Amino acid sequence: MPKVTVDGQELEVPEGATVLQACELAGKEIPRFCYHERLSIAGNCRMCLVEVKPGPPKPQASCALPATEGQEIRTDSEMVKTAREGVMEFLLINHPLDCPICDQGGECDLQDQSVAYGRGGSRYNANKRAVTEKYMGPLIKTVMTRCIHCTRCVRFSEEIAGVDEIGALYRGEDMQITTYLEQAAQHELSANVIDLCPVGALTSRPYAFEARPWELKKTLSIDVSDAVGANIRLDSRGREVMRALPRINDDVNEEWLSDKGRYMVDGLTKRRLDKVFMRKRGKLTVASWEEAFQAIAKAKPGKSIAAVAGDMVDCETMFAAKALLGAMGSKLLEGRQTGMDYDVSSLAAVNFNSTFAGIETADAILIVGSNIRWEAPLVNVRLRKAVKNGAKIFIVGPHWETTFPAEFLGEDLSVLSKLPKAAADAFKGAERPAIIMGGAALAKGALGTGLAFADKFKLARDGWNGFNVMHFSAARMGGLMLGYAQKGGMADIAKAKPKVVLSLGADEMDFEPFADSLKVYIGHHGDKGAHAADIILPAASYAEKDGTYVNTEGRVQFAEKAVFAPGDAREDWTILRALADALGVDVGFDSFVQLQSAMIKAVPALGEEGLADYGALPKADSKAKAEGEISAYPIKDFYLTNPIARASAVMQQCSAELLHGDELKEAAE
Amino acid sequence: MANRHLAHDTPELRARWGSFAWTEENKAKADYHIAKYPPGRQKSAVMPLLDLAQRQVGAETDTQGWLPLPVMEYIADYLDMPVIRVVEVATFYFMYNLVPVGKFHVQVCGTTPCMLRGSDDIIAACKKRGMAKGEVSEDGLWTLTEVECMGNCATAPMVQINDGNYEDLTVERLDAVLDALAAGKEPKEGTQEPGRHTSEPSGGPTTLKDMVDANHDYRKEW
Repeated sequence: MPKVTVDGQELEVPEGATVLQACELAGKEIPRFCYHERLSIAGNCRMCLVEVKPGPPKPQASCALPATEGQEIRTDSEMVKTAREGVMEFLLINHPLDCPICDQGGECDLQDQSVAYGRGGSRYNANKRAVTEKYMGPLIKTVMTRCIHCTRCVRFSEEIAGVDEIGALYRGEDMQITTYLEQAAQHELSANVIDLCPVGALTSRPYAFEARPWELKKTLSIDVSDAVGANIRLDSRGREVMRALPRINDDVNEEWLSDKGRYMVDGLTKRRLDKVFMRKRGKLTVASWEEAFQAIAKAKPGKSIAAVAGDMVDCETMFAAKALLGAMGSKLLEGRQTGMDYDVSSLAAVNFNSTFAGIETADAILIVGSNIRWEAPLVNVRLRKAVKNGAKIFIVGPHWETTFPAEFLGEDLSVLSKLPKAAADAFKGAERPAIIMGGAALAKGALGTGLAFADKFKLARDGWNGFNVMHFSAARMGGLMLGYAQKGGMADIAKAKPKVVLSLGADEMDFEPFADSLKVYIGHHGDKGAHAADIILPAASYAEKDGTYVNTEGRVQFAEKAVFAPGDAREDWTILRALADALGVDVGFDSFVQLQSAMIKAVPALGEEGLADYGALPKADSKAKAEGEISAYPIKDFYLTNPIARASAVMQQCSAELLHGDELKEAAE
Repeated sequence: MANRHLAHDTPELRARWGSFAWTEENKAKADYHIAKYPPGRQKSAVMPLLDLAQRQVGAETDTQGWLPLPVMEYIADYLDMPVIRVVEVATFYFMYNLVPVGKFHVQVCGTTPCMLRGSDDIIAACKKRGMAKGEVSEDGLWTLTEVECMGNCATAPMVQINDGNYEDLTVERLDAVLDALAAGKEPKEGTQEPGRHTSEPSGGPTTLKDMVDANHDYRKEW
């Protein structure tokens, strides 16, 4: 551990730290543009200059200089001050003074740092450079004249996303950042370069000229577009969520967010259910809450009532529904809408046990039936890191475009029981082997075989549990913890022929078997569920209610309410509470706080943010053999997996342009 | 030196170069370059391969050659690397031509030593012969480019035409070289100064004169 002195303050820094990191440890702020903690070091903006002794008598770029024993670092000397002023002046030579019309204004590194470290004026009076805009797809708006060539975007797409598509063409003053032939950036994390861009060169296209950062109310929330549970911040103005940005959480999303989680928020204002609807003579017509509740009570469900949870509901809603059904005497709860019926007697067997941060350290990974890139783009980033650390990855299932070297072992599940030699050797020799079972594998009943595989290769060992299940519904783990699972899945619910089916935002379920039931849709978007429903009770989306979510690694997280639901829509639990009155039963809570404490009393793990403990893996049935082929993955269109995304114009455009662009071109020809 | 740009990606360009592939001879050369690097590091060979491709394009079009986009894509494919990385390299280095050039690519050095020794006259002379910067002359023979220092400052001014350097130029000497080239002859490369061999001081040595004939020990004289 080298000892260095920063501005007279002596401190020890970790081995391998840079001078910049040493300064940060000492509490000094070092201005920077190109340096980023999660990217490789480029050292090309020169903003982080400091004075270092021993060394040449000139300022040095601290981001690329290793801290060594006995260094005397000064960040407050005259030399450093003038160096920063000089660099700043050079950076601003070709930077337009268009802050008033720039979307980055107010949250711009260049703006802030020129105020803090610049010299206040420019001596440059020659012509400025101008660069043509580059097309980078429907999400990224470019104003390339503002670019200061920090190459963060280039390094992000190469290192983190693993899709080499942004590059720096030409050289010197003519250097331009662009994609090849100005093709749209085509991966699920493309919009993260907007956050990375320290200036206004890459800004958000859907959010262009919508709001200024200081007008926005910031609410801490959780992304519900997949089961990763990325930590996000919802920026809202008035009653509208303007944008979603990632928060830093090294255990979950680091500081990235998938394009879907980021840009589906415009769907929160479209196709909303803002009034009560009832089906009268085959047609949905506007009704009042009383009418609707009376109609449900008239059905006299008694015990014959079922609840199906959608993919994006919070635990509180599910618990409220469970309490209502419990009071009626029913246990017909299910969350796996598409009919999956895997065994949930042990939650450890359906959990992502190695955690996202842990999977980075795995050295042999078998992915069974999961297109991770689409089902959890942020976990794909972790897998890429694992491969960089030397992990070998094998995939069972149809081919998908990986962002890391991986070997496809075919589509036949029987390969699980007898791996090809190369793969078997990799797992035998691995210190931290792991398996990831995706939805496609669970649907084929391969869970037992996966557990047998875990047993055979000792995936669970001291300090390591490599058995992972990858869900892609934000509500799934919470639902399973609350008992939203029947032995036979949806088939059991259908068999029970309930008089009333409560659909808690369930849009992917098949309503066909419930033709004779009274279908009550409690949700927020006019999607498949609402089309099939007899009664629609407008509810709140994830942005409009407080709620607890559990991600696929069993991490309990709490999201806050950012805005109010539109029109007559109410928070889900209040609807269920009122419904209890209409049905004449007592659910035992009158406020959200009471509901939450009742829920925590029933499932204590939901009361504590962080990883829930599901115990050890169950004993595997060594005879379990999976058969059949994984012919397809459940997600057909990454951008349109949930009702909010389907309502979002931005997501529809992404889907049309990025996934079906070739068809569009053909149609045009 | 600015004003470089990639040739537009047009259907005509794709039709002309879309089927580009190494000739047998060049394939051997390409593989030779790739073999210089450890397995898995084949992309290190991108620069020699770009040069090779430019020469092959040149041979096919009887010019100095250039790098159409489909050719860069072919190289990216051949080296199993992202095409944007190939384009980055090709656009960075001035010796890769991004647009078609003539049979003779006249690259006049315009950096300070050459400028002081009269490179402005050389450029004017080129222009007088109908060349224009960055364009192919009507007869398809000439393209003029002003470049930065080529490292021949001792024999300034100079031009580089395709692979040959012609140094110690005057307008007359340049005309003689260009006329010879146009006539299909191979003028002498290097310095055009009569009596001068390479870049030695013209008019005999100016220092260490006693060393010309035999080894001389200067130490006594210090």
